[in-house]
Amino acid sequence: MSIKADDFVDITDVVCPVTFVKAKMGIEELEDGQILEVKLNEGEPLLNVPRSFKDEGHKVIEVNDNGDGTFTVFVEKSGL
Amino acid sequence: MEITNEQMERYSRQIILQGVGGKGQKKLLQAKILIIGTGGLGSPASMYLAAAGIGTIGLVDFDNVDLSNLQRQIVHSTNDIGRPKVLSAKESITAINPDVDVVTYQKIVNAGNLKNIIKDRDYDFILDCTDNFPVKFLINDACVLLQKPFSHAGILGFKGQTMTYVPGRGPCYRCVFQTPPPSDAVPSCKQAGVLGVLGGIIGTLQATEAIKYILGLGNLLTGYLLIYDALTMDFRKVKLSRNKKCAVCGEKPTITKLIDYEQPKCEAKR
Ligand SMILES: [Zn+2]
Repeated sequence: MSIKADDFVDITDVVCPVTFVKAKMGIEELEDGQILEVKLNEGEPLLNVPRSFKDEGHKVIEVNDNGDGTFTVFVEKSGL
Repeated sequence: MEITNEQMERYSRQIILQGVGGKGQKKLLQAKILIIGTGGLGSPASMYLAAAGIGTIGLVDFDNVDLSNLQRQIVHSTNDIGRPKVLSAKESITAINPDVDVVTYQKIVNAGNLKNIIKDRDYDFILDCTDNFPVKFLINDACVLLQKPFSHAGILGFKGQTMTYVPGRGPCYRCVFQTPPPSDAVPSCKQAGVLGVLGGIIGTLQATEAIKYILGLGNLLTGYLLIYDALTMDFRKVKLSRNKKCAVCGEKPTITKLIDYEQPKCEAKR
């Protein structure tokens, strides 16, 4: 992992609609330009959470497949 | 305070709203709202505020639940007939959302106790959900004197109205309606008909104003009276100005302490 995140949130322990709620609450605590690392499950969370971040003006800068059914997404706050 | 996973799920549909978020939800959970009257207006207002996660809700009402209330006062049930309204409402609210701390005041609001009720939990926002003019003026004056924001509302027949007062941001209720009308000139809700849904529409607008005020979102009905007519389906927003000569919020206020209007004799002479 080359990107240095400012905070980390694991949303693999919750299901929709709490997935994005938890991710959103994570990015709220950051300043613009800071980076949040989000660990999420493949499937619905991977489809919807990055898209919801984009809708709110945040930039998804990298998506990594962890190979175990989970993904790690790096999001820059207000990066769009 | 930390928001639990369970709270994230309960409030998910409003936390994901832009402008609310976890920070907004925390504001709601820490907010204290006083609802005066648990009737047609106070029923839906208290239920929606509870559902939204307002942390502390104060309920003021002296009455017991009556069969004729149930056509519109949806926080009470048939099984509650004869029970104090504040207790019946508290049970309904707690059943909707156990997060809410419900404080009950089974009292007739008057000049002697209103300020103390508001100060009891230092409420952030007050809802006037009463059905009589003397108390409406009393609530207005108390809120102006204590510099507390409040939502006024009234319903009668097929019409309803509401306005919001925020200190320093527009007129108060007395700026617009100087004094209570003579007590025999206006029917109270007890003597006049009212379409039950009016309480739902206008009381829910009051809850909306309270939530927006706590979240700091959007525009409030400060400086406007919103009038709703169910028969014509018109919502009219009438612009209101501050009255510099207002007896309570004007430049030279003559009302510096609360006065009771419960003397119909002097009222009738005016
Ligand atoms: Zn005034």
